Amino acid sequence: MSVLIFVELDNGAIKKSSLEAVFYGSEVAKAQGTSATVLAIGASSDSELSKAGNFGAKKVLHANDSKLDQANIQAYASVLSAAVEKESASVIVLAKSSLGDAVAARVAGKLKASIVSNITELPDLSSGFKVKRSIYTGKAFAVVEMLSDKKILAIKKNAVSPVETADSAQIEVFTPEVSEADFTVKITGTHKASGTVSLPEADIVVSAGRGLKGPENWGIVEDLAKALGAATACSKPVSDLDWRPHHEHVGQTGIKVSPNLYIACGISGAIQHLAGVNSSKVIVVINKDPEAPFFKAADYGIVGDVFDVLPKLTKAIEASK
Amino acid sequence: MKILVCITNVPDTTAKISFTDSDTKFNKAGVTYICGPYDDYALSRAVELKEQSGGTVTVLNVGEADSEQVIRKCLAIGADDAIRVNCEPTDSYFVAQQIAAIASQENYDLILMGRESIDFNGGVVHGLVGEMLGIPSLSPVMKLDIDGKTARITREIEGGKEDIEATLPLVLGCQEPIAEWKIPNMRGIMTARTKPLKVVEPTGDDLTVTRKFELPAPKGAVKMIAADEVEKLVDLLKNEAKVL
Ligand SMILES: Cc1cc2nc3c(=O)[nH]c(=O)nc-3n(C[C@H](O)[C@H](O)[C@H](O)COP(=O)(O)OP(=O)(O)OC[C@H]3O[C@@H](n4cnc5c(N)ncnc54)[C@H](O)[C@@H]3O)c2cc1C
Repeated sequence: MSVLIFVELDNGAIKKSSLEAVFYGSEVAKAQGTSATVLAIGASSDSELSKAGNFGAKKVLHANDSKLDQANIQAYASVLSAAVEKESASVIVLAKSSLGDAVAARVAGKLKASIVSNITELPDLSSGFKVKRSIYTGKAFAVVEMLSDKKILAIKKNAVSPVETADSAQIEVFTPEVSEADFTVKITGTHKASGTVSLPEADIVVSAGRGLKGPENWGIVEDLAKALGAATACSKPVSDLDWRPHHEHVGQTGIKVSPNLYIACGISGAIQHLAGVNSSKVIVVINKDPEAPFFKAADYGIVGDVFDVLPKLTKAIEASK
Repeated sequence: MKILVCITNVPDTTAKISFTDSDTKFNKAGVTYICGPYDDYALSRAVELKEQSGGTVTVLNVGEADSEQVIRKCLAIGADDAIRVNCEPTDSYFVAQQIAAIASQENYDLILMGRESIDFNGGVVHGLVGEMLGIPSLSPVMKLDIDGKTARITREIEGGKEDIEATLPLVLGCQEPIAEWKIPNMRGIMTARTKPLKVVEPTGDDLTVTRKFELPAPKGAVKMIAADEVEKLVDLLKNEAKVL
């Protein structure tokens, strides 16, 4: 019995959300009196991977077959299942993401494991194995008991606040067999914005809506995001109108975010928009309409014109650094 | 082409969420149910593909009898027939098992569903079904074209998208802008009444059980700051909220 954590790599570095998962998994291992092992798939360096030790892992399995450089859902699921078997893991932890969910689901299918996604805090082990998950797109929580021997937990951003130590993890090369049958899906092209902060990973998000009037006005949004080291996001009509790319769309039918700070500029705060952002720790709303529903969901509000307020706010943030 | 579209019967996006029976049951009173918005995209694309190149669209719902209104609406939008697996869908593995059991009896070229349900937001059923059937699964899919046995797909990834080529059969979790949502017309509504809807009983067990529901703590009052005092906001974010 042990805990296995699947981490995602971004250019060889363990993603921040994955380090949260490592801490989460290590805490579960501690509570169960066992140890935590990490699985990393793809190119990386030992110095980078040893970081997992700072977050509580004792060992890192590194699957570094060049065939696995491109994230392939089926192949990654096979490697993760092989690692579960090797470590006789009963609890598998990962950060919720589009890759994480996809891989975890297939592993659950292989191992007949129970799987719960969007977990918001550490499990309650007092009787059985109970986790708390966010449901109804952030409008409620459910306490769920996981009944099977093998359990897969996909955790939501900010489920834990990691405490880093100076401990290190031992790194072990892991070379499971990967079957050609796992590579029938061909990725023929990748289009990725470069040099921007990843939205699901971001601690601060600056989001803008139809109040910006047109795509040509996004400079003031980007400037504010840059001053804050934030990711940019938008409301659904903004991506529907092609003012902004679809991967920036947050809400009920878009990306769900839970940053420390969400700044909404010229967004009315429709219930479907709020659904995707309501688990943010702090919400700031800037809207010229004092009756905008978003103010009811906000911690701080400014009634004002975005074209006036945003540049001033950017300046004030620069000045405060 | 034979397409299976799996749909959820879920509270509409504006529904007020509350619970009864000491927070162990969802309070259905006054709640309107809809076909999940992501499932709606999947169904719309399936109907478009059928219109382009023929074939059949079967709608599958793992759900209780009160799903039937939403199932009829899917038939009105253009599905040919429907199957309902009679049970309360709460566990992802269990739901996937029902879908896989139905799918393994027929040779579907495509199994489409929404990227996630909007009640439990699991987002894992497509992957589970793919694994159970031994075929590839991809999600979230924002574009899908079929050319013979080849599917050309655009999948959203963090910060962008990727182009994919894969051979049918496939399981896909869908999202916008894969298709425009369709609204049933009068003729569709009339013919939907007589389209076949088969009810079957479930197999297997739940691997998880929901013990209790909770609502989030109510939000405190908003602190308003004058538009010409943005420095004050920066100060509050730094020193009060401690998020800068
Ligand atoms: C099934 C379904 C799913 C949906 N999913 C989503 C979703 O995932 N995400 C989402 O965002 N929406 C979603 N919607 C749409 C949602 O209902 C709203 O229509 C949408 O969020 C509104 O976007 P908005 O706030 O940008 O635009 P509007 O509602 O038009 O609001 C613009 C706001 O900007 C303010 N404003 C205008 N000019 C200025 C200015 N100069 N300075 C300051 N403020 C200004 C206005 O006062 C107004 O409040 C969904 C709807 C449905 C039915």
